This record gives sequence, C-alpha cells and structure tokens, in this order.
Amino acid sequence: MFSGRLQEQYTDSTQQSETAQLGMWVFIATEVMFFGVLIFSYMIYRVAYPEQFRLAGHDSFILLGSINQALLITSSLTMVLAVRAAKADQQRALVLLLGVTAALGLAFLGVKGFEYAKDAAAHSVPVVDYIFKPGEHRPTEIFWCFYFVATGLHAIHLSVGIALVLILLVRASQGAFSPGYDAPLEVIGLYWSFVDCVWFFLFACIYPLGRAGP
Amino acid sequence: MSARMPPEPVGPYVIGWAVLLLLLGLSVLAAYEPIGPIFQPIVHFGIAATQTAIVFILFMKLRGRPSLKWVFAAAGFFWLMFLFGLSTVDYATRSGFPLR
Repeated sequence: MFSGRLQEQYTDSTQQSETAQLGMWVFIATEVMFFGVLIFSYMIYRVAYPEQFRLAGHDSFILLGSINQALLITSSLTMVLAVRAAKADQQRALVLLLGVTAALGLAFLGVKGFEYAKDAAAHSVPVVDYIFKPGEHRPTEIFWCFYFVATGLHAIHLSVGIALVLILLVRASQGAFSPGYDAPLEVIGLYWSFVDCVWFFLFACIYPLGRAGP
Repeated sequence: MSARMPPEPVGPYVIGWAVLLLLLGLSVLAAYEPIGPIFQPIVHFGIAATQTAIVFILFMKLRGRPSLKWVFAAAGFFWLMFLFGLSTVDYATRSGFPLR
C-alpha cells in the first residue's frame, strides 16, 4: 500500500487510488457491523433496564466525553486538510497537518486515560471495583461493562489510526507523496474519519443519560 | 499525471467542522433538558446520525458523481438493518426477558 509507484494492473494513479479507497470502504462496512452489534446489545439492555441505565449514565463524565469529541472532530478536519495539501503539493503543510492529527489523537487517549482514572476513583469498574450507589442494582454493571468494552475497542482503533498517521508523517517528511500519488493518505483518512463517527454513537450511548433528572 | 492541481477550497471543510461542533453543543444541551425517555435516544442518536452523514459526505468524500464506493458504504448499514430487525423480533417475543 505504501509503494509510491503505479502498479501494473492500473491504468493510472487515479484508478489505483480509487481502488485502494474501495478496499477501505469494504473494511469500513465490516467495522459498521462490528460496532453495530455492540451498540445493539447496549440498546437491548437499555430498553430492558431504563432506570438503572439512567442512574449509571449519570456517573459518567460528560465534559470529558465532549472534549474528546471536539478533539476528534478537529482531527478529522486536519486529516482531510492534509490530503488536500498533498494534492496541492504543499509538502510542509502536509507534514504539519499530519503531525497535528496525530497529536489530537494522542490528546484524545490522554483525556480518555484521565477519565478512566476518575471512573476507577468513583468505584465504577465492574467486577474489579464496583460500589452500588443508592437505588442501583446489578444492571448498572452492564452499563459500565459496555462503557469499558466499547470505549476500549474505540481506543484500540484510534491507537492503530495514530500509528498509521505517524507512518504517513515519516514518509511525508521524506517527500513520498505528491499530487500524483496520495492513495495512502486518502485511505488512512477514510479510516480516521470513520473512527470519529464511531465516537458520535458511543457518546450518544453513554454521556447524555441521567442528566435531566427523573 | 503528477501535475499540481489547484487546491480544493477549504471553506466547506471548515463549515462542516463548525457544524459538527455545533451539533456536539446541541447534544450536550439536550442532555440536560427533560425531554423524556422516548425522545432522549431519538434526539441523541439523531444528532449522532446527522454528524456521521456530514463526515461521510464531506470528510470521507461521498459527495459528487455516483460511485461504486456508495454501494460499499451503504452495504454495512444495509446488513445492520437485518441484524437489528431480526434480533429485535427475537427479544420482543421472549417471555422471560428482561429478568426481574
């Protein structure tokens, strides 16, 4: 994928780039199923135990979740601008924007780690260290299981994205990309924005619950 | 083949970014409004779906002329509908769920 030359089965670099993008869309379709199943299981239990999920969701940290969403939205902008810079042969802007994208991703993981520490301090880690607050019963642990599994899987996806963007950054600093060859940037850009979209739905599942009173 | 192209306009991307942040703000504000257990998920998942549509169309470049990638982009959601539908029928017709 990171080879800079035109492969023999393609007529031009546009066809090569579009084929690579199509491959990433196939992968994204499998990821939609992957996270879709996870969110569906959440919905089943939320419908079954609405009051317990409301109580559990109230203990999540909506400010930290919102900061993280703003970081990811901004990183999607910088990533798409990096692809634009490659198409316009703006090499310094390309390197800078890829660096900012990776930094925003790392900032997300930093905030998430801080949030996990606060969750642990509030004894909200199911099985390991969980204390029921007044009115809470076992289904609140289901909420927190979903929280850690879903956000953990999302963090793994984001970590892979950061590693890929850093590889692109190194190659961009060596002048590997040009207006005629930007397929890896386009493909990783698709993956990066998709990981952003997953967070929109995880945010909707976790943070708004239990804020407006009974 | 490798000729320098005129840069795409930045404006649509910046506007899209601003709208996404605005929708995030709306989602946070809605969380503190007593809109009820029925409308709450509709509003929040509706905002998430709108944000996703903006990212898909603008940042993931699904706009423009019809393309095969539209089919692949829709395929995951298409099969997800079957999964959601059939699984919902399963849980809706179980007599012992949820446990009380």
